[in-house]
Amino acid sequence: MSSETAVLARPPKHLDNPYQPHLARIVRIHRMVPDNHLFQLRFLEQSVSEAWSHRPGQFVELSVIGSGEAPISISSPPTRRGILEFCVRRAGRVTNALYRLPTNALVGIRGPYGNGFPVEEMEGQDLLIIAGGLGMAPLRSLLWYALDNREKFEDITLIYGARTPADMLFREELLSLADVEGINTLLAVERDPAGTWKHHMGLLTSLFEKVRIDPERTYAAVVGPPVVYKFVLAELLKLSFHKDRILMSLERRMKCGVGKCGHCGVGYKYTCIHGPVFTYWDAINLPEIV
Amino acid sequence: MKIRKIPKSNLDLFVSVLPAFGELYAPVRRGKGFAFDRPSRWSEVQISYPRTILPPKKFLLPPREVTFRFDAKDGFRSTLDEAAKPVVLFGVHPYDIFGLNILDRVFAQGKFKDPYYIARRQNTTIIGVDFEPDEKHFAYSMNAEFVDSGFDLFLSDIGDHYLVLVGTSRGDDIVVMSGCLMEEPTEDDFAEYKRRSSRHRAAYKSRVELGELPEIMEMEYHSKVWDELGELCLSCGSCSAVCPTCYCFDIGDELELGGVPGSRIRSWDSCLFKNHALVAGGENFRHSRASRIKYRFYHKQRGFVAEYGRPSCIGCGRCAECCPAGIDIIKVLETIRGEGNELRNGSTGATA
Repeated sequence: MSSETAVLARPPKHLDNPYQPHLARIVRIHRMVPDNHLFQLRFLEQSVSEAWSHRPGQFVELSVIGSGEAPISISSPPTRRGILEFCVRRAGRVTNALYRLPTNALVGIRGPYGNGFPVEEMEGQDLLIIAGGLGMAPLRSLLWYALDNREKFEDITLIYGARTPADMLFREELLSLADVEGINTLLAVERDPAGTWKHHMGLLTSLFEKVRIDPERTYAAVVGPPVVYKFVLAELLKLSFHKDRILMSLERRMKCGVGKCGHCGVGYKYTCIHGPVFTYWDAINLPEIV
Repeated sequence: MKIRKIPKSNLDLFVSVLPAFGELYAPVRRGKGFAFDRPSRWSEVQISYPRTILPPKKFLLPPREVTFRFDAKDGFRSTLDEAAKPVVLFGVHPYDIFGLNILDRVFAQGKFKDPYYIARRQNTTIIGVDFEPDEKHFAYSMNAEFVDSGFDLFLSDIGDHYLVLVGTSRGDDIVVMSGCLMEEPTEDDFAEYKRRSSRHRAAYKSRVELGELPEIMEMEYHSKVWDELGELCLSCGSCSAVCPTCYCFDIGDELELGGVPGSRIRSWDSCLFKNHALVAGGENFRHSRASRIKYRFYHKQRGFVAEYGRPSCIGCGRCAECCPAGIDIIKVLETIRGEGNELRNGSTGATA
């Protein structure tokens, strides 16, 4: 044997690269709420688009070329193919850079990541979707997944509370669901400065008395700011919900998305691979979780 | 496992074979300590050394690396091919090889595999060597004083010879190339190996009791010990840098002057740094130093047990050696167990 053969590098060609972003075009920017726009994206390559599938509750790493990556939850359901929708809050370096991009600009996407909601387990059950404020962003994927697979679920109830009508994500879309059969849509705002709100006024938890919930046959999916978790979880426990039938989605600094970089660690788990969807039972067993 | 032996007097000739398998790195003196570096001649190589300042993870997870180059038109082009450079690490201690095996579990196994790490691991020849534990090593307590995989060759001192364990096909290539430098071991050689391995186990001055540690850590989650540690810890991240199994990294984009093209960079990070758990919008889930050092201990000694069946600590003693505040992991674990009340070692660290 010759020494030349020995020093040849072993090529890593056969390895998939989980950090590889795929280019996508911004098809449309919908200015939903100030500092919370909906970005509709389409992959440049047809093959990437066709191979794509995700679960409600999963997220992607979105690259703004030159500014870096940020974890963004997928707002569109897997049942609507071709275009991916992301409700992005302008909050950090990457999202600020995204807000400076025009329609037709290119961004990078890799994913999907995270466990997502256990939709197979939830089938055949009542579905109670509870969103507070920006928590609607990841739950909208679950909502439309359930409506697009209506026969797989029993009663579907949406409870959504925001501070004012102007703060409500997907407001027109959700208002139009109010008259649709097959879903009980309950929307609440705390204040109505413009005086145009025709629905419930009050805290999100004040909607609970308007619904009949059988905790034995219901999965509750709750996403919102810490104060929403605090009060909604108390309501659900009052109704004798099982702790493993309450699902919540956590926000952490998921930098790599694939369980390596260490940033999204919470207790002993990585939010990016063990979550972001956790049951309430998981949550109370993980220190520092909410 | 194939086993050979090599006379110590042949070692310099043996090392001259290694460059055929990649760029050679070996322990050499650096300041008061030791480091894996390129020796300019064999006499520089320190085959007997307590520990290197940085563990060999720096070869597999470089402190800073380019993962992609990008421009606005072509998007992201991976630099994976550049990662596959043949390297030979000579003189790696067994606990450090154990550390690499733990990194393998995180980076080379499971649903998502890290191709940069794997490319380097596949192109890195590891030649292990045994060692004499000093007062800071507690590898025996962490079951990491011995490895049966993760190396290509492993050399154990048996007097005038080293016993050579052949771990891989590539290791066997080296043995074949070494030709008549190697000899067949005898029954006496094995007897000497066993005598020395018992002596090695008895030589550990520092020990840590691992029994029920995960449960005890659950009970001590709200202990004042973490606040006391938070008062001592400087959040400098030295312990993460020198830890063979700390692998947190950050990712960011850097632009060339004038804008794109640019590079996506990943670089070492530490859970002790203030912004480690900061999310966009300003929420920081581990704002206090106490919460961050607690997280580091829990991830190593408790979280890793839940995920991989053992702590990720391998007992090398580096964190205690380099901590500028003198925080000593052995003392901390004793205190958590209720078997002591010190958190620091006598000196204030930074001896390397």
